[in-house]
Amino acid sequence: MTIEIDHITKRFGTFRALDDVSLDLPRGELVALLGPSGCGKTTLLRIIAGLENADTGRILLDGNDATDKHVRERHVGFVFQHYALFRHMSVFENVAFGLRVKPRKVRPAEAEIRRRVMELLDLVQLSWLKDRFPAQLSGGQRQRIALARALAVEPQVLLLDEPFGALDAKVRKELRRWLRRLHDELHISSIFVTHDQEEALEVADRIVLMNRGRIEQIGNPRQIYEEPSTSFAYSFIGNVNAFRGRVEGSNVRIGSDLLPHARTDLAEGEPVVAYARPHDTEIVSDGPEAAGVAARVNRVLTNGSVSRVELIANGPERDGAKDYFEVEVGAEELSRLGLANGQRVRLQSRRLSLFPDHQQGRSS
Amino acid sequence: MARVHRVLPGFGLSLGYTLAYLSLVILIPLSAVFIKTATMDFDRFWSVVTSDRVVASYKLSFGMSLLAAAINVVFGLLLAWSIVRYSFPGKKIIDALVDLPFALPTAVAGIALTALYAPNGWLGQLFEPLGIKIAFGPWGVLVALVFIGLPFVVRTVQPILEDFEVEFEEAATSLGASRWQTVRMVVFPAILPALLTGFALAFARAVGEYGSVIFIAGNIPYVSEITPLMIITRLEEFDYQGATAIASVMLIVSFVLLLLINLLQGWTARSNRRNA
Repeated sequence: MTIEIDHITKRFGTFRALDDVSLDLPRGELVALLGPSGCGKTTLLRIIAGLENADTGRILLDGNDATDKHVRERHVGFVFQHYALFRHMSVFENVAFGLRVKPRKVRPAEAEIRRRVMELLDLVQLSWLKDRFPAQLSGGQRQRIALARALAVEPQVLLLDEPFGALDAKVRKELRRWLRRLHDELHISSIFVTHDQEEALEVADRIVLMNRGRIEQIGNPRQIYEEPSTSFAYSFIGNVNAFRGRVEGSNVRIGSDLLPHARTDLAEGEPVVAYARPHDTEIVSDGPEAAGVAARVNRVLTNGSVSRVELIANGPERDGAKDYFEVEVGAEELSRLGLANGQRVRLQSRRLSLFPDHQQGRSS
Repeated sequence: MARVHRVLPGFGLSLGYTLAYLSLVILIPLSAVFIKTATMDFDRFWSVVTSDRVVASYKLSFGMSLLAAAINVVFGLLLAWSIVRYSFPGKKIIDALVDLPFALPTAVAGIALTALYAPNGWLGQLFEPLGIKIAFGPWGVLVALVFIGLPFVVRTVQPILEDFEVEFEEAATSLGASRWQTVRMVVFPAILPALLTGFALAFARAVGEYGSVIFIAGNIPYVSEITPLMIITRLEEFDYQGATAIASVMLIVSFVLLLLINLLQGWTARSNRRNA
């Protein structure tokens, strides 16, 4: 099913959960709605499902206006973070529920229900648990049963709200891979909500990055990671070093330090924030005329072939805390630099991304 | 003999304390009823407890108590549902009002209800032309028992409903269940044990109720006399044996009914959460 979200706005009291959100999703993709908590991603998912109503805007499913359609008529499968399995029903009855509540005319015969449920339990590889009750299952098993239950009604789209949020790290990783495989088998249009960037980057075909009720960036995982298009996207995805300063010619002035940049479209004196990934950041030795941001080595964490160097900014404190930087260096590079704790160095970047800094702009 | 190690200490102490307390507060006073009853010979006992007037009072007391508890289950559930699920102005006040039948002296409740439902009362005069007499008759008993039993159902169901996540209903709806199917197949099984507990409590309270009923029932022999009144009547005649005889019948019947309800409740709770 294609999903078209057309200028959706939703307020809770004075809080703007979704602010004029528009989004087109093609058929058959596994899409992640990614963002920090409170960014509106779950609200958007619930509006698509019909569990919540938008204040303004429309939802189109397969080109048909579904804005005023009831959840029951939308043919969506919804999977909840806390599974919402019916406690008084066995695993089998949970999965059969969607078939049993069908109107008498279209309800499959008992034998057919039995066949379909067993098929789904085989699909989630849990047919041996059919007579158990939800309380007797592990978290991962419960979520797989919840998924089987949602698939029983043959939904046109599968919506998953933080499906792995309540599970421990190892099970989460397994289920992630399993969900990806399942999607490759079924090709059902799916949207899942997550605040875990790793999860989104690993599983999704496409990521919708959200912040404060708005969409920041849409793209495949590679684009989201390597070409963040907004300041928020840069700081939310992956580790990043942020340098806040003002444009001064072909440099950014950060306190008394200068950091060269390649942008030509920025006004002189404009407050900017410059981002550099740890692996794109370089440590150079300190000197009176050296370019780069002055910092002091705090710790060197050696972990396999790549070491992480943690540094503290020399500049003044911001919000009562010193800025921390992180640089990834190879083993050879590390021995060449011969870093000692407390040593003064400078940081430069091979790849610096600049964004206007509204935060800084407001305060000055 | 292998020693049994318990993780939680104090099993002996707590069991001993429980039994001693239960004996002191419930078993000893109640056994006094049976001891006193035992001083009469069986023929007289039988003639007292099966006299027509007393039998009529059993029927009224237990019948109306069961009916009142059943009515309270329906409307108590609705009330609890409204309080838990919706927010509306005055909700806190309604929530507090529910407990009022607990606190009100039962005589006050009886007099107030009588004034309301008497043939010339506010509500009674509406029923009068229809030929329905509420106060001073069996239906008056029912009204009083419904009044005093309501909080028991509301207060037992309310916490269960509060704990019942909306997610379960959303899940059922998204799977295509109608509202009615959701309530019947998902919500109702979850609150059934609490409803049964509320029913048992409301019933038990109704059977023992005296103060409010006396004012509204009219106390017409064979028609609107409750069993507790029969006991009081015997006492006023200084027929202590007769009073305890009727009381012991009442105790036994109540105990059997409550035991049955508790067994049923335990069974539904178990089938609800097998090994949870």
